[in-house]
Amino acid sequence: MENLVLQALSGLASASSLFLVASGLTVIFGVSRVVNFAHGSFYMLGAYLAYTLVTHLPRGHLGFWGGVIGAAVLVGLIGLAVEMLLLRRIYRAPELFQLLATFGVVLIVQELTQMIWGAQDLLGPRAPGLRGSAEILGLRFPLYELFLIGVGPVVLGLLVLLFRRTRWGTLVRAATQDREMVGALGVNQRMLFTSVFFLGSLLAGLGGALQLPRESVNLHMDLSIITEAFVVVVVGGLGSLTGAALAALLIGELHAFGILIVPKITLVLVFLVMALVLVVRPHGLLGKPEAAARGGQGSAEPVIGPAPAALRWLALAALGLAVVVPPFLGDYAISVLTELATAVLFAASLHLIMGPGGMASFGHAAYFGLGAYGAALAAQWLGAPMLAGLALAPLAAGVFGLVFGYFCVRLSGVYAAMLTLAFAQIAWSVAFQWVEVTGGDNGILGVWPDAWAAPKLVFYYLALALCLGATLLLRRVVHAPFGYALRAQRDSALRAEAIGIDAFRIRWLGFALAAAAAGIAGGLFAYGKGSVFPTYMGIPRSVDALLMVLLGGVQTLSGPIIGALAFTGLQEQLVRLTDLWRLILGAVIVLLVLFFPQGLAGATRARWEARHGDA
Amino acid sequence: MERAIGRRHILAGAGMAALAAPGIARAQGEPIRIGEINSYSAQPAFLQPYRNAWTLAQEQVNAAGGINGRRIETVFRDDAGRPEDAVRLAGELVNAEKVTLLAGGFLSNVGLALGDFANQNKKLFVASEPLTDALVWSKGNRYTFRLRASTYMQSAMLVEEAAKLPVKRWATVAPNYEYGQSAVRWFKELLGRARPDVQFVAEQFPALGRIDAGATVQALAAANPEAIFNVTFGADLTNFVRQGSTRGLFERRRVVSLLTGEPEYLDPLGDEAPEGWIVTGYPWEQIDTPAHTPFREAYRRRWNDYPRLGSVVGYDTVMAIAALLKKSPSLETEGLVDGMAGLQFQSVLGPVQFRAIDHQSTMGAFVGRTVLKNGKGAMADWRYADGKDYLPADDVVRTLRPQA
Repeated sequence: MENLVLQALSGLASASSLFLVASGLTVIFGVSRVVNFAHGSFYMLGAYLAYTLVTHLPRGHLGFWGGVIGAAVLVGLIGLAVEMLLLRRIYRAPELFQLLATFGVVLIVQELTQMIWGAQDLLGPRAPGLRGSAEILGLRFPLYELFLIGVGPVVLGLLVLLFRRTRWGTLVRAATQDREMVGALGVNQRMLFTSVFFLGSLLAGLGGALQLPRESVNLHMDLSIITEAFVVVVVGGLGSLTGAALAALLIGELHAFGILIVPKITLVLVFLVMALVLVVRPHGLLGKPEAAARGGQGSAEPVIGPAPAALRWLALAALGLAVVVPPFLGDYAISVLTELATAVLFAASLHLIMGPGGMASFGHAAYFGLGAYGAALAAQWLGAPMLAGLALAPLAAGVFGLVFGYFCVRLSGVYAAMLTLAFAQIAWSVAFQWVEVTGGDNGILGVWPDAWAAPKLVFYYLALALCLGATLLLRRVVHAPFGYALRAQRDSALRAEAIGIDAFRIRWLGFALAAAAAGIAGGLFAYGKGSVFPTYMGIPRSVDALLMVLLGGVQTLSGPIIGALAFTGLQEQLVRLTDLWRLILGAVIVLLVLFFPQGLAGATRARWEARHGDA
Repeated sequence: MERAIGRRHILAGAGMAALAAPGIARAQGEPIRIGEINSYSAQPAFLQPYRNAWTLAQEQVNAAGGINGRRIETVFRDDAGRPEDAVRLAGELVNAEKVTLLAGGFLSNVGLALGDFANQNKKLFVASEPLTDALVWSKGNRYTFRLRASTYMQSAMLVEEAAKLPVKRWATVAPNYEYGQSAVRWFKELLGRARPDVQFVAEQFPALGRIDAGATVQALAAANPEAIFNVTFGADLTNFVRQGSTRGLFERRRVVSLLTGEPEYLDPLGDEAPEGWIVTGYPWEQIDTPAHTPFREAYRRRWNDYPRLGSVVGYDTVMAIAALLKKSPSLETEGLVDGMAGLQFQSVLGPVQFRAIDHQSTMGAFVGRTVLKNGKGAMADWRYADGKDYLPADDVVRTLRPQA
């Protein structure tokens, strides 16, 4: 009994820490709709800055708490700078484009942090006056954890006061509900956005700084917190502070008690919770349906027409090169080209649901990975030949696409995207944990092509044919009646329904089709690499796909192709050229975002249309 | 605590060394190229000292005249912790950079992916750090060799000590991935064999790098074990120790812990390092053997820092490769592989052999007790456990490894 009480208290302390980070994220999202990937980086910076300040300031209460507050304020200022220099310039870009920018920031912060503070984990001092433990029901419980349990509600209270009792807070709430209206009423939106970003970053920094007496400060803090923080925000309901508090509480306690029953549950628990909550409550625990952004309703996205002649010639020339040149290249160049081909199809498949479908997916790697596992499991357990494995790949991915998609496409916006992430993580954890069948994180080895396709060149042509075929098929689908229906329900679900389009069915089939296409890419990737690992379905790969699509431009059909080539090619080159590839890749992404806010292909089209009139 | 050396320093250092070392010029002919792949950006705490020592070893080999007059040089690649990237880079190193052999690996799955690549492409792969038993046993192949003492070996070393403890109720805590799972499995199996009277009353498997330390500690305490077997390391270990000591988990309990004596994981704990844990590790400041002392001093001179265990692994990987190259008449892979089986070389920890039976080296580890000394953790009462004494009998190994 005593143990259960203490377990509950431990859960409360974790919930409190989680809430601090999530509160900043939800405030920022509520107002600016920016999916701020760099929030975890701000959290990490808070911890590192607090470490430096606390260890350099004189010991004692002033030094410690001064250091913590100082670090939080500094992080707030860094957030302010990021908003003013970067995000402010791209608010008008297509939805989610800011995610790309903040991802660039993540990469830069990672490299700089390692340069400044070094690679070794740091252990901060404990909080003065809260070093020891209290006796609760005869068991010891750390004082600092008790303090943390108090901090969460206090911060929540202060934020609620701030939002309910000040004019600034009222404006923020108004902007959360209806951004355009607030702007129309003459409120200076710039100031509002910037100040909200400052507050949100400050909260992230505070969350990180307060971990100092509790956890080690290390370079993995950013990515380990960001997904959980997003889950809390989404489970709570986007923009809802009390929702976030409730969600943090739920997750903290489920964690604490979950490990008593199933110790390995930690891998997937938060995602199970998120999937369940979103399936039952499509807007989170306390979220309200998003007011339809007026920009989206009134003005449809640019119409996609047939490719202009010049583009066709360019594509044909590129294809010619892709066919003619490889026999003269070395094995390595050919294997890179093979990888590029799969990347193109992977990005194009995500684009189908993101662009024409109008629904982002944060978990598209699931279908890539399911295709890879489908092929690998067939090879390993059934001894299937390569072609059978490759045929099974889209089937496996497509079936799961139908199942997961059935739930995901009912939702909209970030909720839908996060539900795809939840399913992807559940699939990932099954691949990770089901060691007997999938080999766990050690993966499945020896998935090499059959003898006839073993030469790199033959396999390349096979991959090129399949990937190009599938990509062109996806392109054809967009121009087919199905594609028109898909775009219609994106631009106006109401009007589409009114003319007899079953929006749900169309989106669902589109989702499954995209999943199957990703599965083809995954199957080819598996045979190209010779092995399959859970990382194929991991969050980083889903993020890669998003980056490719966004970098190329969501609103054009060539976008994902250009984006895949640019992103994969850039990364491949940089990793070979320099140890500082993260820093440079991050900087390049940030610059591209600033100069091409519609993506590479989008910018090219804009220039083309300016010169030749609307194509 | 000395500041870890940044990458920029490494680059600058390497550049200076190239200018300042006349020994390099003495080695004639085309250099022999080694391709090295590791998760540099994902695991910098272990791999920076590793790479520093690798560079040092390479400079020493070249200053001493290289391999029969030919210099060795290394092309480093960062796989960022992704096995699929490691495979691509391996292809690049073999096909474009024309390396003679591959080496490296930190994560087990990266090691396995590279091992499988080596097997498929018939290229020698000297795995330095990956600990998984599968690398040389269930997925072992002709072209893959491993230097570091495996999960099985290190677990066996600790079981020897654990069996002597007067305790019966054990709990385990390990990161939830292959390394943690295997370590716990072997520990349970081997301890159960040595001491049929022990029972395991609780187990915790926090996600790697994301331990909820408070709840995990409380869950272990609730089972009231007499002893704990810990496999967590890095940030998880730090958080676990902090919560555990504040909550009194380690009082009146014995703790047996894998890798915790390695400076990589012990030093960040500072004066909060736990006392009296039985650990495997590397008491670098106390090992004064003719093989180790010159290494430690050379490392200090070169990098103005003390060696970590990663440094030993990096240094000895180069020394093993150099020993192989020196005795091989040609650089053709099949010959190198034959030479590698049974290869003996002088590591900084003592003489080591790559066993012909399973391609595992006999490099051992230090087993001792943790103490606090001058406000930081250290090892006491340690001994060197030679790896060759902690491997299963040959007939057992043959059943574990696919036989050609």
